Amino acid sequence: MPQNADHVLDHFDLFRQPEYREMLANKKKNFENPVAEAELQRVVEWTKTPEYREKNFAREALTVNPAKACQPLGAVFAAVGFEGTVPFVHGSQGCVAYYRSHFSRHFKEPSSCVSSSMTEDAAVFGGLNNMVDGLANTYNLYKPKMISVSTTCMAEVIGDDLNAFIKTAKSKGSVPEAYDVPFAHTPAFVGSHITGYDNVLKGVFEHFWGGKAGTVEKLQRVPNETINFIGGFDPYTVGNLREIKRIFDLMGVEYTMIADNSDVWDTPTDGTFRMFDGGTTIDEMNAAVHAKATISMQEYCTEKTLNYIKSEWDQETVSFNHPISVQATDKFLMEISRITGKPVPDQLKLERGRLVDALADSSAHIHGKKFAIYGDPDLCIGLAEFLMECGGEPTHILATNGGKAWEAKVQAMLDANQFGANCHVYPLRDLWHMRSLLFTEPVDFLIGNTYGKYLERDTGTPLIRIGFPIFDRHHHHRYPVWGYQGGLNVLVWILDRIFEEIDRNTIVPAHSDFSYDIIR
Amino acid sequence: MSLSAPETIEEIKQRNKELIAEVLEAYPEKSKKNRAKHLNQFNEGKTDCSVKSNIKSVPGVMTIRGCAYAGSKGVVWGPIKDMIHISHGPVGCGQYSWASRRNYYIGTTGVDTFVTMQFTSDFQEKDIVFGGDKKLAKIMDEIMELFPLNHGVTVQSECPIGLIGDDIEAVSKQKSREYGGKTIVPVRCEGFRGVSQSLGHHIANDSIRDWVFDKMEGKPATFEQTPYDVAIIGDYNIGGDAWSSRILLEEMGLRVIAQWSGDGSIAELEATPKAKLNVLHCYRSMNYISRHMEEKFGVPWVEYNFFGPSKIAESLRTIASHFDDKIKEGAERVIAKYAALSDAVIEKYRPRLHGRKVMLFVGGLRPRHVIGAYEDLGMEVVGTGYEFGHNDDYQRTTHYVKDGTLIYDDVTGFEFEKFVEKIQPDLVGSGIKEKYVFQKMGVPFRQMHSWDYSGPYHGYDGFAIFARDMDMAINSPIWGLTKAPF
Repeated sequence: MPQNADHVLDHFDLFRQPEYREMLANKKKNFENPVAEAELQRVVEWTKTPEYREKNFAREALTVNPAKACQPLGAVFAAVGFEGTVPFVHGSQGCVAYYRSHFSRHFKEPSSCVSSSMTEDAAVFGGLNNMVDGLANTYNLYKPKMISVSTTCMAEVIGDDLNAFIKTAKSKGSVPEAYDVPFAHTPAFVGSHITGYDNVLKGVFEHFWGGKAGTVEKLQRVPNETINFIGGFDPYTVGNLREIKRIFDLMGVEYTMIADNSDVWDTPTDGTFRMFDGGTTIDEMNAAVHAKATISMQEYCTEKTLNYIKSEWDQETVSFNHPISVQATDKFLMEISRITGKPVPDQLKLERGRLVDALADSSAHIHGKKFAIYGDPDLCIGLAEFLMECGGEPTHILATNGGKAWEAKVQAMLDANQFGANCHVYPLRDLWHMRSLLFTEPVDFLIGNTYGKYLERDTGTPLIRIGFPIFDRHHHHRYPVWGYQGGLNVLVWILDRIFEEIDRNTIVPAHSDFSYDIIR
Repeated sequence: MSLSAPETIEEIKQRNKELIAEVLEAYPEKSKKNRAKHLNQFNEGKTDCSVKSNIKSVPGVMTIRGCAYAGSKGVVWGPIKDMIHISHGPVGCGQYSWASRRNYYIGTTGVDTFVTMQFTSDFQEKDIVFGGDKKLAKIMDEIMELFPLNHGVTVQSECPIGLIGDDIEAVSKQKSREYGGKTIVPVRCEGFRGVSQSLGHHIANDSIRDWVFDKMEGKPATFEQTPYDVAIIGDYNIGGDAWSSRILLEEMGLRVIAQWSGDGSIAELEATPKAKLNVLHCYRSMNYISRHMEEKFGVPWVEYNFFGPSKIAESLRTIASHFDDKIKEGAERVIAKYAALSDAVIEKYRPRLHGRKVMLFVGGLRPRHVIGAYEDLGMEVVGTGYEFGHNDDYQRTTHYVKDGTLIYDDVTGFEFEKFVEKIQPDLVGSGIKEKYVFQKMGVPFRQMHSWDYSGPYHGYDGFAIFARDMDMAINSPIWGLTKAPF
């Protein structure tokens, strides 16, 4: 009997004990109808071949291990960034349980969100009653300042009309007539989570600026000196938005953070649960129309939103691609400086110098190493730029939710950089494609989210966890990857893994430990 | 630790009554009436818990429930390891449920085993408009080519499938014929069906009946049968639960021919009608197929509970009572063998946990099943409720709970928070969505779906881990830090 009260064996160790190993071997042999070992090994090896890769890349219908989620997830990500706001998802209730779990597993924080809990009768008759009752319940129970409505695929397939439904709910007294209920249709079968983020954000702008679905006058824009800032669907939203605020404060920029979810996903443990914390206020949203410009850190998260702001309101819009590298951050700061007329202060110049100093100290360990990167379109670009700045060589860049325009942009970036010469771009591909790439064109390191650990297991490529979701490492989302300080964090994460690998590869006594150096 | 705890049972009952009334006051009239039926307390002598259950959730309240797809793909079918389970529809459902339930298994993932993978048809607008049957057929071809060692396929329907009128049954039949009779199971578990995960369990059970058992009819057993063959039903092997259960059954002389469905295989499902007895852990999710096997194949079934030494011993004896003296002696031998371990665990942890109060809110089994394990450690469950239990679950609960236990069915975020605030338990056991809410409030918490990434909790080996985990939650020094000294 292996278990012991004084030294409790966890699953890691318990099931490796001989009793269990024998039990499981017998289970397999006697009852599982297992594949013969030789055949299994033959297929294992076959999946590593170029021939398999060719078949794998010929897939037209099946998706295996995608690196994207659906629109409604992004909808909730955006909605919780507004002060006192409950995201209200119109459709089946199971979806909301999934979004809440997903965010809680990444941020290790509560994620509040409600559903209109549509069931079969709503599938037949439409979900109007669910909207009417649901808005009333949310309003009374949670006393939110705003309810942000988005949809699941169920409501989209049956064609529920949010605008009409919300108007009816208001006329039935679910919430006061003047109460803010911005909405966006976010079908799960179009785009990905970044599309949902974009749609909800656009919906909120349209609501506040564009006359609240025809119920009030549109705002009149009187340009002022402030800027609006949008982070996009960002795994590091907590650390990043705080870092950006620090940078803007240092510069003396007047700014409005749009959809600022950095506080609601980082509340203290002090005896009080805060369902709401921080966030962009309604007054700030109204005032944001007067801003001189709107800055988006993620082009592909905000395409429709920026287009609305630019075309309908003649506000300048500027977008970046998740800037991490020194030059990307330089460009970001210079753009902010150009728009606001505020110089980049010496403090930031100092921070820049420190990051360059760190790169100079360490880039030898990155230089010439090959990397595979996957993730959201903007993050892929930001990471690739950073690696190339250190002399690293991106080799595979893959985004399941990246399209043709993204592919062209990434290709242009690679073409312009000697370190990008041997890299290929893979839009609309998944992590099973990546598996074939890693077997047939191996790299030194893989950068991606938690699911990359399966690729590490199968292909032996060490994983550096940067992306969304990260479930199996804690608290990285509290660190920024933006600004020069953010670049430093990314550098350290990459270096830590590189050094761990060198140590792991040199640890055998009297065999390889001559290189098990104390100084690196 | 509990502040201003009511002393007598009358005081507790009065407090519960007032608390329920207070909570209901926050609702608009219609929802107040509805929710009132789901909140109550257990009164000694009653045959159920005096709450309504398994009815639609109120919209807009933050129910903790999931959907039928979660019940089928996430619970019943997903752990069957040598089959490929297609999340059929848009990408999200499969993505959010990808590998998060910790259904442990042994196998070469991606080659002969597929549990922690996300296979999806990733529906696009054109699939909604023109239907997804052709895509599904093509997906099956691609699966057969790229994953040739699979032992079958299931189609786990997401919401749009039932709404756009796809005929996944026809595709499945045709492809099964094309691939030499391979098991291909269409499952109509669209998320809008029913009111929770529960209908998904039922639908998944029925699909095994219709698409696995019916095919097997009249075929001889593919394994050598013995008089001691049993199947474990309703154990999903979360953190290895089914393994730390199986070892006890085998040690008492039984032969476990199948696991449903944690670390299970299609061969095991097919073998089960030949069992002498089905032993059922999660009644809620697999009573349907157990009843079917009893009616159709004459396999009796018995419920058991492997949480905590008291219930384990009781269950081992109950299971043994279906067999001869050899097995009965075997049960006693197993109980005796592990007594030293259980005693040592209790001796170590009971003094640290005695008298501590627990509030639970879990799925369809654990709100009652884990109570005995807490009581073995001297702890007391003062409130419990089911996410998707039915009335027969609340009936069974009466055998576990004490007079005056607060009962909350399909609790809303608002209610749960208020209840915990008022009752001030020493521990809350619920899910990931609830975990951080209560920890922020300074209340120790353990996830009772995923075991907080620990486990197993089943069996004697699991009980040691359970006791250790509850102790480290409740007696963590961090709970003394939640108030700043300034």
